[in-house]
Amino acid sequence: MTGATGAMSTPGQVLGVKRVAAFHVLSLLAPGIAERFRPGTFVALSVGGPMSERLARRTFPIHRTRPTGAHGGTVEVVLQVPDSGADPGTLWLATAPAGTRLDVLGPLGRPFALPKEPVTCVLVGEEAGSAPLFTLAERLRERDCPVHMLIGGRSGQHLFGALEARRATRGVTVTTEDGSVGIAGTVADALPDLLVRTAAEVVYAAGRHSTLHAVAAIAEQHGAWSQALLDVAMPCGTGLCQACVVPVVGEDGVTRMVRACFEGPVFRGDRVRWDDLGAVPEDAR
Amino acid sequence: MTPYRSTVDLTTDLAGLTLASPVLTAAGCGGTGRELEGYLALGTVGAFTTRTITLDSVPGAPVPRLVETPSGMLVETRGQNPGLQGFLASELPWLAQRRVRTVVSIAGSTPGEYAELARRVANSPGVAALEVNLVSANRDAYERRFCDDGYQVAKVLGAVRAEVPRGVPVLAKLAPGHGLVELARAAARNGADGVVLVHGFPGVSFDPDTWRPSLGGVTGTVGGPAVLAQALRCVWDVHREMPDLPLVGVGGVRTGFDVVQMLLAGATAVQVGTSLLSDPGAVRRITDELSDELAGHHIARPADLVGAGHPDPERDTR
Repeated sequence: MTGATGAMSTPGQVLGVKRVAAFHVLSLLAPGIAERFRPGTFVALSVGGPMSERLARRTFPIHRTRPTGAHGGTVEVVLQVPDSGADPGTLWLATAPAGTRLDVLGPLGRPFALPKEPVTCVLVGEEAGSAPLFTLAERLRERDCPVHMLIGGRSGQHLFGALEARRATRGVTVTTEDGSVGIAGTVADALPDLLVRTAAEVVYAAGRHSTLHAVAAIAEQHGAWSQALLDVAMPCGTGLCQACVVPVVGEDGVTRMVRACFEGPVFRGDRVRWDDLGAVPEDAR
Repeated sequence: MTPYRSTVDLTTDLAGLTLASPVLTAAGCGGTGRELEGYLALGTVGAFTTRTITLDSVPGAPVPRLVETPSGMLVETRGQNPGLQGFLASELPWLAQRRVRTVVSIAGSTPGEYAELARRVANSPGVAALEVNLVSANRDAYERRFCDDGYQVAKVLGAVRAEVPRGVPVLAKLAPGHGLVELARAAARNGADGVVLVHGFPGVSFDPDTWRPSLGGVTGTVGGPAVLAQALRCVWDVHREMPDLPLVGVGGVRTGFDVVQMLLAGATAVQVGTSLLSDPGAVRRITDELSDELAGHHIARPADLVGAGHPDPERDTR
């Protein structure tokens, strides 16, 4: 299997970091990525500068790209930096001044698969997981697919792109676990009603593994296809290190430990062995 | 220095194998080869070394499998690979079609398994050399690793050499540790045409949140610049005792100068491992840097540097 995205290595530069609620939106100058970008693909960034002792890449789904700007193509990714115990590499990116140089690999991984027919789609994004869904919504609308978005987070501060979603699609549902905005609960709590109401045939989701698991199960109960973008630590991002493996059932019914960065990060929801994430099932080959 | 680059000929003879350059990829760090395609032309690498292939497929270790350490990476994948059948069916043909110089790494849990792997791999089209990964548990010796026992090293190499055609070099890969020189000697005397030094260094680290071991497999091996000096010392020690034995230096090579150091210590060629994980195009860059280093010092061929870093007993009386 190939990633088939035409990934490349390009010298990048930080254009700026913008605080949006609890998130950091990092804009990068990274020529060549925008032209190859498809929704669901990601970039792998070097951290710490040329003298860095931190050798692993940090990977983020692409939020937005612009093929041409004042200086060339740009890429935007969304960082979520916890108040304590943040990864020093992610923190470095979140606080990098404009002009900081870094190496960008991308676009990497398998994108979301788009339906051939104009079917109704529900896009489920939890916290920073919403970031890659807006360009997906655009591509779906180009195919005349009615798009509904379901955006959730712990609190109003942890909703990413709820306003943008209202501009982008005909229907937006918002959930917060503290009930401060929209429906009280998680995106998974609100999904069954939405699927009934919209009669959606495809569900796209990005967020925590437990949420993706629930979304995949709910989609299946309602007879919808689901595709999940997995957030897994990817130390190289290119398929070389085999560290980001997840147990996935293949067409032949056999479970294999496949790389989220190369065979994913987007998987069919019904193919991932959600209960076994983080483990190697006995019957895996 | 760029204008001089063309005057340097990087062609390297490794145990009878002619390579376009002395810079190879290391086992387990170059994927199946396909993953590197967007970043470098595989035909230009000295050779591509596969991940270690076993008779049966191995699903590998639980995650996390890799964590950062200062200037290094601590890794334990437990040798995930598709097994010999899967490799011969879907990985080797791809490399062979592209005429990539391919070194196939193999490991068994008995000398007989090594022999079977060697026979079936070495007689497949597109295999330039075999790398015998001896860092594998011996089923018949209470899971002790082959590489820790000179007798077992000899037994495996003898079994492998008997199955491999003469034109296909057999390289023995050893782990760092006590008695390395004698283990290398045991390999060389029993059919190894060269020795690969060294496997990753044993390591462990703890998770900052849970204070439990960070790796799913608990312990692992460290690679990357953190281990360059130790790997150089392994090459140095073995070359000093066996100056005619072809050595492949592996461990922390990240720059052209690192290759120069490996050559000075006594390696004929080097493998790039962990550096590929942070920079998939590293082999191309390192090879260019090596050309510049050699040109800058008016060295025509890498072979002229092999072992040149050792004191000359006739000239140097220290």
